[in-house]
Amino acid sequence: MGDSQYSFSLTTFSPSGKLVQIEHALTAVGSGQTSLGLKASNGVVIATEKKLLSILVDEASVQKIQHLTPNIGTVYSGMGPDFRVLVRKSRKQAEQYLRLYKEPIPVTQLVRETATVMQEFTQSGGVRPFGVSLLVAGYDDKGPQLYQVDPSGSYFSWKASAMGKNVSNAKTFLEKRYTEDMELDDAIHTAILTLKEGFEGEISSKNIEIGKIGADKVFRVLTPAEIDDYLAEVE
Amino acid sequence: MSIFEYNGSAVVAMVGKNCFAIASDRRLGVQLQTIATDFQRISKIHDHLFIGLSGLATDVQTLYQRLVFRHKLYQLREERDMKPETFASLVSAILYEKRFGPYLCQPVIAGLGDDNKPFICTMDSIGAKELAKDFVVSGTASESLYGACEAMFKPDMEAEELFETISQALLSSVDRDCLSGWGGHVYVVTPDEIKEKILKGRMD
Repeated sequence: MGDSQYSFSLTTFSPSGKLVQIEHALTAVGSGQTSLGLKASNGVVIATEKKLLSILVDEASVQKIQHLTPNIGTVYSGMGPDFRVLVRKSRKQAEQYLRLYKEPIPVTQLVRETATVMQEFTQSGGVRPFGVSLLVAGYDDKGPQLYQVDPSGSYFSWKASAMGKNVSNAKTFLEKRYTEDMELDDAIHTAILTLKEGFEGEISSKNIEIGKIGADKVFRVLTPAEIDDYLAEVE
Repeated sequence: MSIFEYNGSAVVAMVGKNCFAIASDRRLGVQLQTIATDFQRISKIHDHLFIGLSGLATDVQTLYQRLVFRHKLYQLREERDMKPETFASLVSAILYEKRFGPYLCQPVIAGLGDDNKPFICTMDSIGAKELAKDFVVSGTASESLYGACEAMFKPDMEAEELFETISQALLSSVDRDCLSGWGGHVYVVTPDEIKEKILKGRMD
């Protein structure tokens, strides 16, 4: 560090006006495992594939869906370690807000602060952008919300979205199946069906993860037993 | 003389039925000499949130400017007004930041929260919050104010009666304190309107 050759930003503009590193980061996201989210009228569901490296991996120890606060959860597509770092930073920001205002952080504010962190890594020297896109699901005073945050730091509110390997098939499927007045359980079924669309192999409670939040404002990751129940209903 | 008594002040807030009142004296002094008789101690943060600051006048003004600054940024970021409880937590945090070189003021915060429920609280100069359901007082006349409010307060008063009660409590208390007085400034806030009145008491 401090060597003059590395003191320029890796995200200098190309002549076509693009930031090439961010494009490459999006490619990293696009080759990650599929994840998706749906906003129902009374809650939000997020889900992801959980394909492990080998059958020897202890699948109970792998948790791709994480809490940021008791009422906000998140999932990613892309590089797992980058996700861990972002989760850590976001949790800290949420706690700082709570400590200052004694009020839980609104979903929009947390998403904005996380996106700001990701943007900082596209404009600082000696760092690279995060290789993840996040789906943030939360329920606060403004109701259920679903946000996607990209490596560039841009964020969007979605009614339903997908990321990762199977993004185009998944989005087409969601466009057909999504309705505004869907309830949370319907949304979970639709999420499972969407994951199934591009799934290689047999879908089961051991190779997908589902998280949901309802009007009770408590984000929960479903247990394998609960996932099995939903899978049975979908069959 | 303590530094808190350098300028002289009296601030009181009371809870009514879906309304609140906040009142202060108007004297600004330099120890025994009166410099101004129109000093503003109570300021509006937004239509349903007021803060009254007693203590050293320079800190009163600076702290008020800092709090307005923070609230304006909050409004822009979150696209909503701050709830009174949230604002109280913010004031407490800002005061504690200066734990070892504090702002020499005691704030009194009064607002209407969710469902127009009145909220009042006070805190010491390093941010220890004290919530109350009836009234809170602060300033050099605080001991008299405690007595007057305790005697005159009734729960669930309407705006008119609340105005009379807080005015009487303020005027009678500052009469017993040489460092505060020269009239009163009262705000009575209901969900629909803010009534501001100047009181003429013993002008000494």
